[in-house]
Amino acid sequence: MTSTTSRAPATFADLPTLMSLMTGDDKHDQAATSTLDVLWVLYDRVLRVSPDTADEDTRDRFLLSKGHGPMAYYAVLAAKGFLDNDELPGFGSFSSILGFHPDHMLVPGAEISSGSLGHGLPLAVGMALGLRARGLAGPRVFVLLGDAELDEGSNHEAIAFARAAKLDSLTAVVVDNASATYGWPGGVEARFAVEGWSVRRVPGRDHDALEAALTVAHPGRPHMVAAVVEAKW
Amino acid sequence: MDTMRERFSAVTSALLDEDPRLAVVLADISADSFGPARRRHPDRVINVGIREQLLISVTGGLALAGLRPIAHTFASFLVERPWEQIKLDLNHQGAGAVLVSAGASYDNSGSGRTHQSPGDVALLGTLPGWTVHVPGHPDEAERQIRAAAAADGLVYVRLSTQANSVPLESEPGRLTVLRTGRQGTVLVTGPLADAAIDATLGLDVTVLYAATIRPLDAATLRETLDAPAVVLVEPYLAGTSVPAVTGALRDIPHRVLGLGIGRPELRRYGTPAEHEAAHGLDARSLRAAISGFLAA
Repeated sequence: MTSTTSRAPATFADLPTLMSLMTGDDKHDQAATSTLDVLWVLYDRVLRVSPDTADEDTRDRFLLSKGHGPMAYYAVLAAKGFLDNDELPGFGSFSSILGFHPDHMLVPGAEISSGSLGHGLPLAVGMALGLRARGLAGPRVFVLLGDAELDEGSNHEAIAFARAAKLDSLTAVVVDNASATYGWPGGVEARFAVEGWSVRRVPGRDHDALEAALTVAHPGRPHMVAAVVEAKW
Repeated sequence: MDTMRERFSAVTSALLDEDPRLAVVLADISADSFGPARRRHPDRVINVGIREQLLISVTGGLALAGLRPIAHTFASFLVERPWEQIKLDLNHQGAGAVLVSAGASYDNSGSGRTHQSPGDVALLGTLPGWTVHVPGHPDEAERQIRAAAAADGLVYVRLSTQANSVPLESEPGRLTVLRTGRQGTVLVTGPLADAAIDATLGLDVTVLYAATIRPLDAATLRETLDAPAVVLVEPYLAGTSVPAVTGALRDIPHRVLGLGIGRPELRRYGTPAEHEAAHGLDARSLRAAISGFLAA
């Protein structure tokens, strides 16, 4: 995880162009764009991490658990200078560092490798525990999941334990595009609320609302934000 | 003599006092014996409850945050149940960790198949980078755990209630030459050494002892090889280390017999000694199998 370049700051409006470098056109599948606004708000307004601090112990950690459709993630990493734009056109090719699921051993700025669902939140719990054990109170751990990803039972092991461990450095963002086959009665946030998490439900394309929800104080317990976007089906 | 598991909790509890990088992750099993250490180090002795997927993922996350995590539960729930977490949250993340199991292949003989894990070493053999220790004595286990705690890589330590009467390993990670002979080599792993020593009394064979089976000490195997016939005696799935032996001897025409836990389910309870005999791993059965193979 080393920084590669520095350049003029990119904006949210630049992201479609960066994504088109990967896909070759201006159309992007729902899986890639459902996360775009959340990712941008995290990297632009919330996360205390930059290419210059990407290796520092005190950086905030962002874990993309929903590794499927990572073009938005790569575009944001490029916009923020973690990735060189020249990497984008090779997306998915044999010699590219950018696969259809991210590999953090290859992608500058990526904290974990993902693709198989249900690993990011449990890893984030371990990371938050590790930072606490090292006495690093400053850095926070953010993890992005999808509503269908919550089908994986491993998440529910993590949700219950994170509350018991009082992991107040942990925030889970669930991008909800209503793609879970059997849905979540009461909303995805109900699964977290019942375990004592702090929860917020906000429009997933509203940057100010996302920022407010992602930065709300939640002393003594983990925090969850349901970012609701247009339904997939 | 204390058990390997008792030694593990005592030694690891002391190491937690000395090494601020060390953390222990539990899933209720052995939580009581780590109670005092947990009170001294509440942030570094973590019990996730009966959640073995989380056990391994938390272990990976701790490693990514800069700690040296040791995860522990029964082998069946440490290696088999959260198998994808081992593959992805340890190996694939590039995370280092120590997994310390209890229960082995039939320590919990009365508990049945659910608590028996003869396939653990074979499973880990499908992944790169794992050092696999199969101690035959609590002293060997202690040395391996201390070394693993101070290292960075991926280490599996397979503890068992079965043990040899004395420690046999002379040099960490190397095969120990217990006996030399001309008719073949018997390579025995971990707690089956006493039985293998009894089984080969009076036979003209070399007997090698492994408390570490991955990586295999190919150099000692080759240096001591006379007749190129090797019998593996392993306290887990029969044949697990046959590929490692054939790899070590790839340029030498040779024969190999892999003895160990049979593949069919026994569906029996009883004692570990009864299971040992049922799998043909008692001294009398081993002697017959070894003699027959070498005479063939």
